[in-house]
Amino acid sequence: MNLYHEFRQRSDLNGIKADTLTIALAGQPNMGKSTIFNLLTGLNQHVGNWPGKTVEKKEGEFQHNDHTIHLIDLPGTYSLSANSPEEIIARNFILKEKPDLVVAVVSAANLERSLYLVSELIVLETPLMIVLNMIDVAEQEGFTVDAKILQAAIGVPVIPMIASRASGVRGLLDYFDQFIEGKLEFYPRLPKISADHQHVKELIDQLIDGFVPDFYPKNWASMKLLEGDPEIYDILKSVLPLERWEMIDDILKQHEDAGLAIASGRYEWIERNVRAAVNRPKLGQVGLTDRLDRFATHPIGGLILLAVILGLTFWLTFSIGTPIQEWMDSKILVPLGTLAQVWLIDAPAWVISLVVDGVIGGVGAVVTFLPIIIIFFAAFGFLEDIGYMARAAYVMDNFMHWMGLHGKSFLPLFLGFGCNVPAVMGTRVIESWPARILTIILAPFVPCSARLAVIAFLAPAFFGSNAFLISWGLILSSIVILMIVGVILNKIFFKGERTAFIMELPLYHIPNLRSAMLLIWQRSLSFLKHAGTIILMMSIVVWALSEFPGGNLETSFLAQIGNFVAPVGEWMGLDWKLTVALITSFMAKENAIATLGVLYGRTAEFGLLETISMTYSPAVGLAFMVVTLLFIPCAATVAAIKQETGSWKWTMANIVLMLAVSIGVASGVYAIASRLGL
Amino acid sequence: MQSLPVIPLADLKSGESATISALKAGRNINARLSTLGFTPGVMIYMTHNYGHGPIVVTVRDTRIALGRGEAQTILVTREKE
Repeated sequence: MNLYHEFRQRSDLNGIKADTLTIALAGQPNMGKSTIFNLLTGLNQHVGNWPGKTVEKKEGEFQHNDHTIHLIDLPGTYSLSANSPEEIIARNFILKEKPDLVVAVVSAANLERSLYLVSELIVLETPLMIVLNMIDVAEQEGFTVDAKILQAAIGVPVIPMIASRASGVRGLLDYFDQFIEGKLEFYPRLPKISADHQHVKELIDQLIDGFVPDFYPKNWASMKLLEGDPEIYDILKSVLPLERWEMIDDILKQHEDAGLAIASGRYEWIERNVRAAVNRPKLGQVGLTDRLDRFATHPIGGLILLAVILGLTFWLTFSIGTPIQEWMDSKILVPLGTLAQVWLIDAPAWVISLVVDGVIGGVGAVVTFLPIIIIFFAAFGFLEDIGYMARAAYVMDNFMHWMGLHGKSFLPLFLGFGCNVPAVMGTRVIESWPARILTIILAPFVPCSARLAVIAFLAPAFFGSNAFLISWGLILSSIVILMIVGVILNKIFFKGERTAFIMELPLYHIPNLRSAMLLIWQRSLSFLKHAGTIILMMSIVVWALSEFPGGNLETSFLAQIGNFVAPVGEWMGLDWKLTVALITSFMAKENAIATLGVLYGRTAEFGLLETISMTYSPAVGLAFMVVTLLFIPCAATVAAIKQETGSWKWTMANIVLMLAVSIGVASGVYAIASRLGL
Repeated sequence: MQSLPVIPLADLKSGESATISALKAGRNINARLSTLGFTPGVMIYMTHNYGHGPIVVTVRDTRIALGRGEAQTILVTREKE
């Protein structure tokens, strides 16, 4: 077999002479790939984006014996088609950057499905190893897999692992050693298109012979053509002589079903390889996952469970996070401000004000939200890691349909309760572009922890013992508004289009603690980076507006802006101070309180809460809380929306939409509430 | 053997098994489904079907949630009891 021979030559190992070798980690989602990446690289890793794409790129390095191993974590994909940017990135990295070795992670519990990616990787002519992960999960579901038999069948090394317990790492490193020393045997058996289409494949092979660019294996290119791969189609169309191309195009048109024949061929290859290696559970034996799912995916029971889990998550987040936040505020920020004043004693007054009010006040306020956000991320990450979040998406699917979305959009929206920035970035899990745009636009309607904190602070000032009820009412209302806006936008702009809902429900399993901590660390770090850059800049801008021209807030540019837009504020019953507080919430939502603190704090002998409750009627308070909940997204979220949509048009549309909705709803609330005599 | 009737996957009840006979969605959805293991001839098990809303099936040991619309485009023949 021709291809087999070529492959053999490339990896006919004289050993790796260079000091550094590049290894790419490939695998489908939910295979524990990230855990393996984290086990190998530890903290020595870098998270960024693939060039020009909004797809996360993780790479790291570790020393092993005398070698530096550069590890690239390829995006998790089910296949290597050209249907998503992740898949194109993964395959082009392997084909064009040519790593020394590809390690494919598969799950012993979903062996057939997870080997599908291997059936695509194995034809790429790069040395390949398979990590057989999640042996424990397989046993929990009643499966056993023999790695040696699998290795003999496929013809590449198969290394058993339980990454979540860090078991099997040494075995993997031993194989790296053998690979470096050139002692490994590769004799891969390759999958073929199913028999009924073999002749078509041969025809295409002949027609493209001699024209395929060097980095594409010929066998692979013809498979991709038959699969209807748009990228390879365009490339070959541009390099082939016209008459040859027309012949190919004709064949492709006649065999549109060839894609299915290729997938079938790959699964036939998989079935042959696993037949002897896998022991299946006895019929009628019900695994842990199915037992839990009887409740978790039940249309009513599942919703109740979801509500309980969400409630617990919020309770945990705020009952642990809020005291830490208050502690940071009083024990770190306030002393830091005092310290800065002492240090800067000889500096001009405006420098002191810039550092204390602008930088420490603005950025500090955001940083104190870190505990709340970390706890929320941890809870969310845990639910995701054990496999529950896919069930939440499943039971929410019906509700999401009203907005033309499906269950997957629920996950980023839920993340929005912590912070809207990761919510907007989290929309990357949604395959269809219109559904993703719509989810991004709706994400800022989810009240984030900063806005929840503003509500929690203000509600007692106006509603005393009813504050709890009012707060919950406000939060529920903003979710109802989210749904109404979603339904309308879907009808008008997205023409009620429905996108396909196809989602894996992973097996329940216990996650690796170290890996989970690392993920929380990364998410927190990226949040801090935002706080460090955008929010710092915005803090300084807002500070400057409140300081100049005269050094007095009441005559500052900010007050002038407040007075200028005061007529709009009046619709909602807001005076210029509340209007200014609202405007500064654009920098960071909790600034609404900070600004009121500045505006009232200097003179009053009462606390801020008492002053506010004496100054404003409950109707004004209610309108202010409503408009704060729905107001334009904070600067960091706006930046995230711009980054993810890549378009100022959508970003501005989002701002205008939220401005209109917030002012409209708050005006209505004020009119009704004051009629009712509040 | 007389040929068994071909029905949409969505018509299977919870706990029933069937064999996939054809995928009738568009090319892209077919590709995504076949990647996940929905290929003609494979056994499929209806894990949850509550008569409305999305369903859960088990195919090649993997549980997959499908919208009812998608489940209409997958044609199956029921396993004989």
